[in-house]
Amino acid sequence: MTGHSFLFTVFALSTCLSAIAVVISQTVVRMAFWLIISLGSTSALFFLADADFVGAAQLLIYVGGTLVLLVFGVMLTASGPYLKIATAPGETIIAGLAGLMFLMIVFGSIQAVDWTGGSAPEVSRQRDVASAVSSGNTLRPIGLSLLGLRVDGASDSDGGIEAPGYLLPFEIVSVHLLVVLIGSAYLARAKRSRQSAGGNVSVA
Amino acid sequence: MSANMNAYLLVGAVLFVCGVICMATKRNGIGVLMGVELVLNGANINFVAFSRFSRLGLDGQVFSLFVIVLAAAEAAVALAIALNFYNNHLTIDVDRANKLKG
Repeated sequence: MTGHSFLFTVFALSTCLSAIAVVISQTVVRMAFWLIISLGSTSALFFLADADFVGAAQLLIYVGGTLVLLVFGVMLTASGPYLKIATAPGETIIAGLAGLMFLMIVFGSIQAVDWTGGSAPEVSRQRDVASAVSSGNTLRPIGLSLLGLRVDGASDSDGGIEAPGYLLPFEIVSVHLLVVLIGSAYLARAKRSRQSAGGNVSVA
Repeated sequence: MSANMNAYLLVGAVLFVCGVICMATKRNGIGVLMGVELVLNGANINFVAFSRFSRLGLDGQVFSLFVIVLAAAEAAVALAIALNFYNNHLTIDVDRANKLKG
């Protein structure tokens, strides 16, 4: 067992067990803790799959941003430190059985499909870029592809036409973030003005 | 367990199923949000695995970046909604959100 596969086993087990712990644990604070462990191990899996930039973005945005947001939500909505909203045991058993069956279906599908596509040739990358990408140095190719310029030489299934860049989705996601920022600021502000109006519930 | 395509897909499947169970069974609104995050991370693992082990090139990594950004946006909006719900109902129990029942 090489070091790479050993590290992969460790982080894969950590990811899966923490995800199961998120489902099992009852208090929402412990769920947040296990979610942090699970998402951090996921970013380690990204590093192991030669996706350095995605792993770093996962650590920065998910673990550093989104989860802090969720923990703030926990703090702002819990009336006690260990708030428990218990699920009925019958529902838990049914959900566990349904989840196990779903997992078996997905496992069977994954094992049944030949994901390598037979004798498909490797993607015809340019040589220096290919070595950079395969060693995980993906910052410059990803940035250029977001600007609409593909340098990794990926072609579509016909093999002739150069794959397109991602300038339009990049712009769409920028505008989307602006809209989300305005929308969530509006929601939070409407809540505060209603409180100052003396607790009367009035839909703004 | 060697780090091949199937191993990554299996990890992604476990994350996805855990997220679905979390969304279906948790009665805490924030817990439902955490289930959504787990599902999106399972999808991200699949994207990165296909980017690493198949002919996609960098497409999978770029799409997982988009998924991360959209998940952050979704968490922000859903959290604002959850805070408004808590303000109106003084609880975060999603079973109490039955005002729109027809």
